[in-house]
Amino acid sequence: MANTMNVLLAGFGGQGILFTGKVMVYGALTEGKELSWLPSYGPEMRGGTCNCSVVISDEAIGSPLVTNPDVLVAMNRPSLEKFVNSVVPGGTILVDSSTVDIKVERTDVTVYYVPATTLADKNGLKGLANIILLGKLYKEMKFISKESLDKGLQKCIPAKKAEMLEFNKKALEIGMEQ
Amino acid sequence: MSEKVLMKGNEALGEAAIQAGCRHFFGYPITPQTELSAYLSKKMPKVGGTFLQAESEIAAINMVLGAAGSGVRAMTSSSSPGISLKSEGVSYIAGSDVPAVIINVQRGGPGLGSIQPSQADYWQATKALGHGDFQLLVFAPSTVQEMADFVALAFDTAEKYRMPAMILSDGMLGQMMEPVVFPDASEVHEGDKSWAACGHKNQRKHNIVNSLYIEAKDLEQKVVERYQRYELVKANEQRSESYLTEDADIVVVAFGASSRVSRSAVNAARAKGIKAGLFRPITLWPYPVDALEKTIGTAKKYLVVEMNMGQMIEDVKLAVNGRKPVEFFGRTGGIIPTPAEVLAQIEAMAK
Repeated sequence: MANTMNVLLAGFGGQGILFTGKVMVYGALTEGKELSWLPSYGPEMRGGTCNCSVVISDEAIGSPLVTNPDVLVAMNRPSLEKFVNSVVPGGTILVDSSTVDIKVERTDVTVYYVPATTLADKNGLKGLANIILLGKLYKEMKFISKESLDKGLQKCIPAKKAEMLEFNKKALEIGMEQ
Repeated sequence: MSEKVLMKGNEALGEAAIQAGCRHFFGYPITPQTELSAYLSKKMPKVGGTFLQAESEIAAINMVLGAAGSGVRAMTSSSSPGISLKSEGVSYIAGSDVPAVIINVQRGGPGLGSIQPSQADYWQATKALGHGDFQLLVFAPSTVQEMADFVALAFDTAEKYRMPAMILSDGMLGQMMEPVVFPDASEVHEGDKSWAACGHKNQRKHNIVNSLYIEAKDLEQKVVERYQRYELVKANEQRSESYLTEDADIVVVAFGASSRVSRSAVNAARAKGIKAGLFRPITLWPYPVDALEKTIGTAKKYLVVEMNMGQMIEDVKLAVNGRKPVEFFGRTGGIIPTPAEVLAQIEAMAK
């Protein structure tokens, strides 16, 4: 991975945008990397669009607000429309193609379309489209070891909801197969 | 060994308060500061402390005055409009020579403004947080780690000089998570409290904590004494960080959240061959004029970057005193400037 990876996760509130970012940074924490996690807050949290800036780096992090992401994960159409042109040339865009009905027109970025919401529903993993996308993101970017990513996942799921961990792990695997 | 944990800046402030020996917190919720109150509402009872959600900001700050006046470590926190409400109490705390810590997780203003991050309370914090002749110590963290570290520092320094201290943060630093390490067993270095009104069982003359002086000459004497202490603060407590300033043609001056953005812009400018550096004030009062002075010989120009319409720039201009050009770039209303915007400004100045 490059020295610094700037990720912008975006979608509707309730799609697990902030949670996905948390799994990433908790994973990075176990490797002693520099990291930051910055949620949008305020009206977004109350049902509108939601986004989360995640920076993982080997160096001290400057701006924790990601305005020109290396990686954009778009879980709804407004988010893709809003942020598609902010991605750096050569960057990566992950789209949940079951919730976003448009295509990326740029040719200078790598785009992956994953029908994450459909895949989640089909596999009895309702609500885990975010983790399926994280699996795909991990497969393409390999920003930490798989072991660290699993640790990140464990850290984000409280012990009393242990059964959720298995569902999340399955979602991650499905994403990595895409 | 202490381990790195992930915390929101607001939560780190709360945990740091407990570790600094603060057992009295009086607050009133307001976005984007509320996680701090929420954290302490859970943790304070577990360490035998008092968490009290007051009926208003004004009540909360007066509770701080009362508690701190009895010699205990007391703290309150709010965001911009709430800090305005507390200003009367802050003036009373300063006028009573009582150490206490006030946290401002700034949002856009004036008025109710926005709930997004801002630095528009710089003037309020450094020049006039309340009526009368007084100053408060102002610390400006730029990372979640500093949010944690500066709480104990604020208490220690406030007690050393018997004056209120503010941690001037913002919504971005409050809401973001970063790794933070707390010391193993925090040693609490409480200052002298022989002045405290805490009960004496007739073993000594009673202490009075008060800000009212009917005789003008008494008040003048008191204020002059206080300003002699401020001179000591200015001589001893300036803090700042210099990043790549030694050979910098363009020195960016920024604190808190905007210093993070500026650091990215400085790195990008260096990558393009422009000699840029970052001077980051950590204490906003006392302003770190001594360290800024060290850059004056090599800097060709200064660029002040703030999340307001230009407030700290006045202190930079006072320090530079006409010897070099000082320019400004800012966004306001709750908008965070982007590294690209700051870089464009640096590039324009380098031409």
